[in-house]
Amino acid sequence: MATKLPKVPVVIVGMGWVGGIIASELTKAGISVVGLERGKSRDTQDYYHVHDELRYASRYELMQDLSKETVSFRNTMKMRALPMRTYGSFLLGEGLGGAGVHWNGQYYRFLPYDFEIYSKTVERYGKKKIPENMTIRDWGITYEELEPYFVKYEQMAGISGETELPPNIGKMSKPFATGPMKKSPGMKLFEDAAKKLGYHPYVIPSANLSEPYKNPDGVERAPCQYCGYCERFGCEYGAKADPVVTVLPVAKQTGKLDLRMHSNVTQIIHDGKKATGVTYVHTPTGEEYTQPADIVILAGYLFTNVRLLLLSKLGKPYNPETDTGAVGRNYAYQVNGASTSAFYEDREFNLAMGAGALGSSIDDFNGDNFDHSDLKFLHGANIRFTQTGLRPIQYQPVPAGTPKWGAEFKKATIHNSNRVLSVAGQGASMPNRYHYLDLDPEYKDAFGQPLIRMTFDFEDQDRELVKFIAQKTKEIADQMGGTKTEIHDSIKQYNIVPYQSTHNTGGTIMGSDPKTSVVNNYLQMWDAENVFICGASNFPHNSGYNPTATVGALAYRTAEGVQKYLDKGGSLV
Amino acid sequence: MANDKPNQPQDESRRRFLKYSGTALGGVVLGGVIGGLVGSNLKQTEKETAPEPGKSGTAPENKDYNQALMFFNQDQFLTAEAAAERLFPKDDLGPGAKELGVAFFIDHQMASAFGTNARDYMQPPYYKAEATQGYQLVFKRRELIALGLDAMNQYSNTKYQKPFVEIAPEEQDAVLTAFETDKTEIKDVPSSNFFAMFLNLTLEGAYADPLYGGNRNMAGWKMRNFPGNQMSYTDYIEKEEFVKLEPLSLHDHLELG
Ligand SMILES: Cc1cc2nc3c(=O)[nH]c(=O)nc-3n(C[C@H](O)[C@H](O)[C@H](O)COP(=O)(O)OP(=O)(O)OC[C@H]3O[C@@H](n4cnc5c(N)ncnc54)[C@H](O)[C@@H]3O)c2cc1C
Ligand code: SF4
Repeated sequence: MATKLPKVPVVIVGMGWVGGIIASELTKAGISVVGLERGKSRDTQDYYHVHDELRYASRYELMQDLSKETVSFRNTMKMRALPMRTYGSFLLGEGLGGAGVHWNGQYYRFLPYDFEIYSKTVERYGKKKIPENMTIRDWGITYEELEPYFVKYEQMAGISGETELPPNIGKMSKPFATGPMKKSPGMKLFEDAAKKLGYHPYVIPSANLSEPYKNPDGVERAPCQYCGYCERFGCEYGAKADPVVTVLPVAKQTGKLDLRMHSNVTQIIHDGKKATGVTYVHTPTGEEYTQPADIVILAGYLFTNVRLLLLSKLGKPYNPETDTGAVGRNYAYQVNGASTSAFYEDREFNLAMGAGALGSSIDDFNGDNFDHSDLKFLHGANIRFTQTGLRPIQYQPVPAGTPKWGAEFKKATIHNSNRVLSVAGQGASMPNRYHYLDLDPEYKDAFGQPLIRMTFDFEDQDRELVKFIAQKTKEIADQMGGTKTEIHDSIKQYNIVPYQSTHNTGGTIMGSDPKTSVVNNYLQMWDAENVFICGASNFPHNSGYNPTATVGALAYRTAEGVQKYLDKGGSLV
Repeated sequence: MANDKPNQPQDESRRRFLKYSGTALGGVVLGGVIGGLVGSNLKQTEKETAPEPGKSGTAPENKDYNQALMFFNQDQFLTAEAAAERLFPKDDLGPGAKELGVAFFIDHQMASAFGTNARDYMQPPYYKAEATQGYQLVFKRRELIALGLDAMNQYSNTKYQKPFVEIAPEEQDAVLTAFETDKTEIKDVPSSNFFAMFLNLTLEGAYADPLYGGNRNMAGWKMRNFPGNQMSYTDYIEKEEFVKLEPLSLHDHLELG
């Protein structure tokens, strides 16, 4: 039997960006919080020997141990889902700070269009423009309403960026906390080419600090060293904003955060109307505990957020056949695959150097910043050149037609290792009635509970988007002064084997309709008013951007909602 | 230690880092790392004057006791070495897989958690998968690599009446191609799966930090002008010209007790 612990005001499941931000905001307001994290503790000293491509990038040292829990996957409802046995398409966080420790730090606020995608699409193109089964919808919150929360995240994390930003993205009420990152020669080539074509390039806003910064909580951090070991690695300088060097120390300093590591939450306890707490297993001892709480907050990334609701039978599971219910609805991803490589016979670049968020990009073909009347897709992509640090195991650049091994292969990879610049699109992913998450009927985790099952594929929308965006990447790359360019412009089925991005979205989506969304715009659950759920699981679709800016803003919004709820109770909308 | 090397980039870059960070060291550093780095920097400086520990009376110069087998048998090792050399051959640019120690790397990896799929989901049931669903066999990496190497020898013995290590390079290439394209007609061996994994391991062995037994003397990195792991590129990131740096390995960052 589980040991019952004394009741607390707030319990949070997961101590990544979302858990960390909410814990920090609540404890600063004097509220006691228990933070449950299934993984181990971490701090910056753990990264003094982090510049190890094999261990961290190829063997996934910092990611969730799949032997204990994974995701099962199928392309369509007709297929049998099989477990993702080894890493590929996306990498899951585990341990203090979650994936926030090994992210890149590319920071993009979603576009105003994203939050009202349905209304704005219908307004400009009519209802017919939306293909059958594409379940886009307004988010129940506008960009303007979310704007102040973006600012909070930016000031906390010290987001670096330009003061003058292009007119085709959301307006900012306050400039970024620090100036832009340094510009590498590749970035200059990209920006010059884009400008020549009449586009609006800007330096990617970055959570790798461009200069020393002290945030409003008094946290001081050192600047980024462009060390080239960022994506998939922890930062030994604390220069990359992550929860462990920003929000968590603030929460700890209040004395109000009771942080429990190795605590894997397995169940939300509830009476059908309200939650009364959670059950968790302390993994080093195998002891089971129940933690009663006035408020339960799910911050365990979308797979955990959805899975815990379904395992605990809280909320209405989504049924794609009848198009009813909410939990598991609108799973979406990121549509990559449109890119052009420029080869340079006459010069080499310092491509081993870089930072997770170093680069320049344009939004001229993102959102609805261009006319879709004659196009067979909606939304678009942020088009970018990034310089994140290219490492020799995972980066084998060769021109098309090169053999895959042997003398010629070796020569080509060595010759080209510092001679290729790539312009790529990060495409938006539109939801579809038949893309969703539910519980796997067969496969179980280490505790004997069903795995989460993903049903997802690329549709015509995605293939058309990639074809179009690829042409734009070529147009830019052709202007960048290379010797030749090579375009990549097609995607087929979604395949879980190659890495694409850890930008999984949906499943506990926000909205204004309690029947088809899981949470309201305070991220409060419609079906249980003292449960708050936050993360990219709240996104009804995914934009042509990385998600964490918007996740961070929603986390600040959640923290405010929780405080309101503690004051007044009831539904906040 | 890095300190006895002619170039001392680590210590240099730590100093440079401190200069660039420009953060008041006495200030509140709630989340930062500065304390830790300064600490280790100071320790480093103390050590510069102290005698090198463990330097004298150790191994005879060119003998590397790490070059021994943890998993392969002798035949498998020699086959792996010869096969890897064909995938990544010595040429005028520099050493091939053999000289880089790739076969030792693969052997050591097969003995590690990776070889035994320790962090993979290995629970049953196992079903035939669509290509989009990835690897779905109960067979572990180390089992696949050993089986594949044995099968290459078997194939070579049947076709050329000689083991893989004794046939001509072009013949070795033909064997590898047969495995790559599933044309071996050896039943019960998933040849192309084996080949893909072996190729991947070969490249890892050429370019992983030398601590894992491959990339001997960082020669893999040197061929590519890859600087290994440096502390900071702040001074170089904006430079138009290519900057060539002597690579550093994780060994260079270790403070020995
Ligand atoms: C390699 C990589 C690069 C990325 N780059 C970018 C980028 O450049 N820009 C960007 O915007 N985003 C990026 N992301 C995405 C970004 O990391 C995530 O959006 C962000 O970390 C999500 O925060 P979160 O708190 O929702 O989830 P997480 O950070 O995943 O944290 C969830 C935490 O909950 C814990 N947990 C889960 N289940 C349980 C349970 N049952 N019990 C207890 N604890 C549990 C987990 O262990 C984890 O620590 C990247 C991700 C990866 C992997
Ligand atoms: S690139 Fe910058 S932010 Fe990223 S790990 Fe290196 S120093 Fe840290």
